Amino acid sequence: METVSLTINGKKIVTEKGKRVLWAALENGIFIPHLCAIEENPLPFGSCRLCFVEIEGKKEPVASCTEEVTDGMIVDTRTESVLRLVRMAFKLIMSRHPIICRECPANKKCALQDISREMGFKLKPKRLPQILPDLPVDDSHSLFTYNPNLCVLCGLCVYICNEIVKEAILDFNFRGFITKVGTFKNRPLAESKCNSCLKCVEACPVGALSRK
Amino acid sequence: MMERTVSERFEELKKNALKDFPGMDGKKGATIYVGTATCGRSAGSLEVLSSFEGILKTLNIEARIIKVGCHGHCYAEPMAVVSKPGWPPIMYGYLTPNRAQILIKRFFNEEDPALEWALGAMEENDMIPTVYETPRWSRERRWLLKNCGCIDPEDINHYIAVGGYEGLTYALKMEHGEIIEEIKKAGLRGLGGAGFETWKKWDICRDTPEFPKYLICNADEGDPGAFMDRTILESDPHSIIEGMIIAGYAIGAESGYIYVRKEYPQAVSVLTTAVCQARELGLLGKNILNSKISFDIKINQGAGAFVCGEETALIASIEGKRGVPKPRPPYPANIGLWGKPTLINNVKTLASIPKILAYGAGKVSSLGMEGCMGTAVFALAGKIKNAGLVEIPFGTTLREIIFDIGGGVPPTIKVSNVAGELPKTIKRQFKAVQIGGPSGGCLPESLLDTPVCFDTIADTGAIMGSGGMVVMDEDNCAVETARYFLEFTQKESCGKCTFCRIGTKHMLNILTDITRGAGIMDDLDLLEELAETIKQGSLCNLGKTAPNPVLTTLRYFREEYEIHILDKRCPSLECKDIIAYYILPEKCQRACDACVGSCPTEAIYTRRDRLKAIDQEKCAKCANCMDACPIQYDAIIKISPISQLPESEPRDDDGQKK
Repeated sequence: METVSLTINGKKIVTEKGKRVLWAALENGIFIPHLCAIEENPLPFGSCRLCFVEIEGKKEPVASCTEEVTDGMIVDTRTESVLRLVRMAFKLIMSRHPIICRECPANKKCALQDISREMGFKLKPKRLPQILPDLPVDDSHSLFTYNPNLCVLCGLCVYICNEIVKEAILDFNFRGFITKVGTFKNRPLAESKCNSCLKCVEACPVGALSRK
Repeated sequence: MMERTVSERFEELKKNALKDFPGMDGKKGATIYVGTATCGRSAGSLEVLSSFEGILKTLNIEARIIKVGCHGHCYAEPMAVVSKPGWPPIMYGYLTPNRAQILIKRFFNEEDPALEWALGAMEENDMIPTVYETPRWSRERRWLLKNCGCIDPEDINHYIAVGGYEGLTYALKMEHGEIIEEIKKAGLRGLGGAGFETWKKWDICRDTPEFPKYLICNADEGDPGAFMDRTILESDPHSIIEGMIIAGYAIGAESGYIYVRKEYPQAVSVLTTAVCQARELGLLGKNILNSKISFDIKINQGAGAFVCGEETALIASIEGKRGVPKPRPPYPANIGLWGKPTLINNVKTLASIPKILAYGAGKVSSLGMEGCMGTAVFALAGKIKNAGLVEIPFGTTLREIIFDIGGGVPPTIKVSNVAGELPKTIKRQFKAVQIGGPSGGCLPESLLDTPVCFDTIADTGAIMGSGGMVVMDEDNCAVETARYFLEFTQKESCGKCTFCRIGTKHMLNILTDITRGAGIMDDLDLLEELAETIKQGSLCNLGKTAPNPVLTTLRYFREEYEIHILDKRCPSLECKDIIAYYILPEKCQRACDACVGSCPTEAIYTRRDRLKAIDQEKCAKCANCMDACPIQYDAIIKISPISQLPESEPRDDDGQKK
């Protein structure tokens, strides 16, 4: 195994060549917030915009899920400009996510709660009004429930359904602010050819997909 | 051996092409060139065309009619150039079917060229002033648009006759590296807006050791108010095809795609014809011009998403996937279409290539300024006299483009309903210009002396973009302008990344509040913070540039935002929610009912003293009454803030008012 050594937040790290900064940091106990990243995916999705880090020699913060490690790289995950971006990205996500943790099936195993705790961010977005969707909950499937209102559009379920299970039941519907995860023609899950593998439910970092 | 056959084959094609080509000089008989690109068609050029055909038949005049593209003088459409032996070719504008008939009668039967409709002659002569003496033509440098409006885009022979595919024959005799070197010498930068050096992109793509390679022409022009690519696609499609063949040869690609938006049906049809004709003559396909080079083109139609102009989204769209951008790197030049190295260039960039090779890099680099060589094409729109396309060398100032070439801001003309009274013209002041469409910025008068170049424009906070230029006068509100453009980008956001999807929605909500008089001062800081983080954090360039209109208006017109928030007043009287229409009692004439009839919501009533007044609750603020009020009275005004509206007078039929 070819290795490279780099520094993250002052900590010397030796890791596999070709690995991306986000995973190198996480493996070494350095927390970088992230929702959409999948280590196996050769082409990072890059949609949540939470995993920004600053790399010496680069003008602007970069998404660590797309950046490959190089020898002698110096990474800082908590600079002023990184935190400004990550805080805003988190605030934006929370401004479209109902804060109903107590009733939420993902309470205490929620990626958003983790980020809030690790980064010291408030769950309730300061100064930003919440723009909450009021989409119908899909309760049609016998094994799991899909609540699109809680979805953060990280795309993990879509990736797993299409690339791992190769069922292609879930994908993104619509565009822009009203984008949501759904089935073909946005039909109820029970009408789709879902094979009930429940891999998407396991992958969901929030409470959008939950077992019954 | 190969060299000879390429030239020989081309000479053969050229000889054949010249046989049929009428030329502008009228030596091969009378010819009428009618502009039938989209701009002409929407102004009625097809009716003018059939009117020409009809009158020629009736009068039994022998003249050839040729459908050409657009000269870029869209303000004067429908246009035609009439070339008659014994006369210089004369360009006519503002034609109607009627005028077309009279023109032919007078010109052909009475030897009177109807100069009152002429814009000028197209050639030096001692009878008629030429169009080149007008300020618009004299400052322009026609390079990319040279053939536009002069040749039939649906006849490949016309293109070959005016020197087309000559660049290709030169290129086929060169090595890959030599072509790229020539492009480098010409200093060509991506004319799609980003300004990335073209040769670098080609070099990276050529050096990536993966096969096959692909070439894509990005013709997904979607900015509101921009139509440069459309004109080239419709008026000179072979320049793009030729550019693509050369680019394909230089990077080692054998198949190319033209990604053109479906909303340009005329462009799609012209391109399809052009590709077929090029294939028939052996300019596309296997062994181009008897050389060892093969290249072919597929036309791919976009389905209407603005974001598909972004290169990674465009590739996804061609692959049949959801048209959303991917993180870069990897850049398409390394991993692009079907995972292979792909070169994506804009229409204008590719159309420049044949000319660089045919005329030599020195010709291009003699135009323009340091760092930005060659010419830029702008689409002038909005409050400007001579809307249309202009091509200027880089380094020309914005003031020259808007005032000298575009003719400046047109006055408002109010027509009187009194017989014999002259229309009243009200002068309008230039206020700002939006450069680069929804991704660009709004620049005030003080920056008009900025020379046009990728870098200088970027310093002002706007972007060069693909070349849309929307001019605004004092009736346009800066906040409303920012809101309008942001609404566009927000609607066109693909919804993938957090900043663009949710961030622009918040920004739009804040701006909408401000234009409704419901903003608070804290909003401005939040707006700025959102704008800056969206600009930095978004995944693709749509998100990264979406806040530009807001950031530039905040930078140059901040006081307007403050007036909207603090006084609930719109200084330009444009934001409907904080203005009101009012009839000045001292100017209103009792007997005139013009406004009453014009109101679609029946909001205008008669007061007890027989004067007219507006019921604010019913008023839809459509401004019809303002247009209807005869200029000799000019009694209707807009008032902002609404709180300054005088108390309303009771109705004539007060008892019945509900």
